[in-house]
Amino acid sequence: MKAFATLLDRLAFTPGRNGKLKLMADYFAGEGDPARGYGLAALTGELAFTGAKPALIRAIVETRVDPVLFAWSYDFVGDLAETAALIWPSRPGANRPPELPEVVTRLARAGRSEVPGLLEGWLDGLDATGRWALLKLITGGLRVGVSARLAKTALARLGDQPVAEIEEVWHGLQPPYEDLFAWLEGRAPRPTVDPRRAFRPLMLAQPLEESELAALAPDQFRAEWKWDGIRVQLSAGPASRRLFSRSGDDIGGAFPDILEAANFDGVLDGELLVLRDGQVAPFNDLQQRLNRKTVSAKLLAKHPAHIRLYDLLFEGPEDLRPLSFALRRARLEAWYDNTKPARMDLSAEIPFASWEELAALRAGARAGGIEGLMVKRADSPYLAGRPKGHWFKWKRDALTADCVLMYAQRGHGKRSSFYSDYTFGAWRDGEGGDELVPVGKAYFGFTDEELKQLDKWVRDNTTERFGPVRAVAPGLVLEVAFDAVQRSARHKSGLALRFPRIHRIRWDKPVAEAERVETLAGWIEG
Amino acid sequence: MNAPAPETWIEVRPKGLYCRPGDFYVDPARPVARAVVTHGHADHARPDNEAVLATPETMAIMKVRYGERAGASLESLAFGERREVGGVSLSLVPAGHVLGSAQAVLEWRGSRVVVSGDYKRRADPTCPPFEPIPCDAFVTEATFGLPVFRHPPDDGEIAKLLTSLETFPERAHLVGAYGLGKAQRVIALLRAAGYERPLYLHGALLRLCELYQELGVALPGLVPVAEVDAKTLPGEIVLAPPSALNDRWSRRLPEPVTAMASGWMGVRARARQRGAELPLVISDHADWDELTRTLEEVGAGEIWVTHGNEEALVHYAGTRGWRARALALVGRGEEEQEQEAAP
Repeated sequence: MKAFATLLDRLAFTPGRNGKLKLMADYFAGEGDPARGYGLAALTGELAFTGAKPALIRAIVETRVDPVLFAWSYDFVGDLAETAALIWPSRPGANRPPELPEVVTRLARAGRSEVPGLLEGWLDGLDATGRWALLKLITGGLRVGVSARLAKTALARLGDQPVAEIEEVWHGLQPPYEDLFAWLEGRAPRPTVDPRRAFRPLMLAQPLEESELAALAPDQFRAEWKWDGIRVQLSAGPASRRLFSRSGDDIGGAFPDILEAANFDGVLDGELLVLRDGQVAPFNDLQQRLNRKTVSAKLLAKHPAHIRLYDLLFEGPEDLRPLSFALRRARLEAWYDNTKPARMDLSAEIPFASWEELAALRAGARAGGIEGLMVKRADSPYLAGRPKGHWFKWKRDALTADCVLMYAQRGHGKRSSFYSDYTFGAWRDGEGGDELVPVGKAYFGFTDEELKQLDKWVRDNTTERFGPVRAVAPGLVLEVAFDAVQRSARHKSGLALRFPRIHRIRWDKPVAEAERVETLAGWIEG
Repeated sequence: MNAPAPETWIEVRPKGLYCRPGDFYVDPARPVARAVVTHGHADHARPDNEAVLATPETMAIMKVRYGERAGASLESLAFGERREVGGVSLSLVPAGHVLGSAQAVLEWRGSRVVVSGDYKRRADPTCPPFEPIPCDAFVTEATFGLPVFRHPPDDGEIAKLLTSLETFPERAHLVGAYGLGKAQRVIALLRAAGYERPLYLHGALLRLCELYQELGVALPGLVPVAEVDAKTLPGEIVLAPPSALNDRWSRRLPEPVTAMASGWMGVRARARQRGAELPLVISDHADWDELTRTLEEVGAGEIWVTHGNEEALVHYAGTRGWRARALALVGRGEEEQEQEAAP
């Protein structure tokens, strides 16, 4: 448990991707089986405990600690698991510190009434960092800034394998993954997994630079609309039906309607959408369905899910990925005609003869509520990752708005000495005349040189400080580019910008001429 | 004859804690005619008093920090010596906080009050340890006066730093440490852990480190960071005052791992607020267990709590059946926020 606790503790404070990868790779290399496998399972979100709720932890702590002191401490610390870990009065020698595999296996078997006793004994044996890691682990929120993908990337480094190879076998394996580590360390062949359970890494597109078009022959490409949902892989067969996100997370639990419709044998690639009467609902509607373990009947009826199909990777046991896109598309169409699955349709191909013609269609994408175009090479096989020169995304042009810089926050890692995260606002009618309200936050889009200038401007125009954040006098206009405006109950302005970035710094523009909230609200889609 | 009750001869005045029969203040917040100063931190030792009495080490620190303004008439009182001031017998006893830090032990007509200043109970290679003195009233700080503050052993925190150097040998390790006490203690702890590479210092830390060495604390292998090419710093340890950690000064270092040595680092939100990538819980203040153990040991009938989480410590004393109250003293705890400039 000590190595795992130390890892979590460092990950929680390490801002950079490379730093996190190094810490994880060191842990996987230095820790033995089966502990590291359970550590991996915890990092990738594969462990779930039901018996240890926050209320239980609170109750256990209150048997040992003065409730007044506990309440004041919780106010100060602000996090229950952390407060409990810090305040726990240790009894040296009361117990030995538990090992991670012991915690995982005993907790999985324990009945509800046994959990408090187990926890108490473990808390006695651990130091404060160990207690924190234990409580985070069992309450299911590590929050150390590591995605499953990043953990697998660290594994890939350990074994000097492409991460796609790990994704291929991942969903057929179980904690503590001893066969996986054995393969990565060259002690055993690659684990064989039931292909029906596996996730195949997706083929992704590069952004299209318009200057590249001249070098591409239009007749060698196919075009489709770029739908505004999330990319998914649906893997169905007699033994199991699974729905994976782009990063390989199993999201089937939130989409029983899709799984129910998958009464066939094959692996499909498509866009997950909410569709009502044939109309694609705004992305916000899909978001209501995401990140849930279960979903209510009401939500299922109100936000019906749908997959718009892009590709066919397996038909029955046959792997179609080595075939060209044109052949796979023909197979997909034939399969669709035969199968007619519910809650699915084909992403239509857009005929075009020249890039100019396609550009004209793209110009209408915003009016149609569509994100843009996908342009795919007709002869490309289905390749994992983001291979160059095969698939392109040609997004609709961004919207822009002139906004006023309101707050700046220190960045992380290399940017920790710079005020590099900018909150900007727009004007609206206030009680005492016009007032600024925040409409978004952006931290890229500028050059290193511009960052220096912005940092200096923030320091020279600070009006208040709140920890790492500075409020600045309204005096600088930022031209912000973004994909869309969405309604938002969380922001004072009632709206949020999607994919905002700093497009230009308008040193020249008076703040009074910046955008108004009403104007932005007029751009809300759907 | 019954000894007088402590509150009849020690009182809180706007300028600070005042001893009436001796006509002097302990750690006054504003200039006074006669001041006893427990230690050199700026929230206890302030400039421009007329007569100042402190340990020789504290006096030396005040001279470095304040020069002419350290006080019009300076008098040193070494540990173990005793001085009569207006019928009050005064002695200074080690507080274990920083070099020269003392508890002021005041005795008058058979009543003894100990003003402990700031203190800690664990070993510190740069100053003598705290000595508990039985007394009638004990004046205590409560900087870490909540039971969530239980500082882990120092050697484990130093080991964290040394492990990180091995993990990230291509990055400089920038350690934020307060200029008086903490920086010197971190240096001494690193040497005690067997770390033999040079330790690079921000300019603001140089003078006090020199003074510690003049006063007999061994701090070998210090190099002003301004004298070396930043390209040579990957895998090295650089110490700087906390205010320099995330400031423009640090940009010249190669991808620094930002460490911060402070008792506040035990709480994650505080560490994140500081931008610490490697929080090191190394404190010069007593943690909760040290505070409560000290109250137990001095056995005082009255406990007066000055600054920090006085509410929680007063509550705790109540549950133990001890009389305790918070003293409303202004200007304490500010050293933590101090923006340290090069002296």
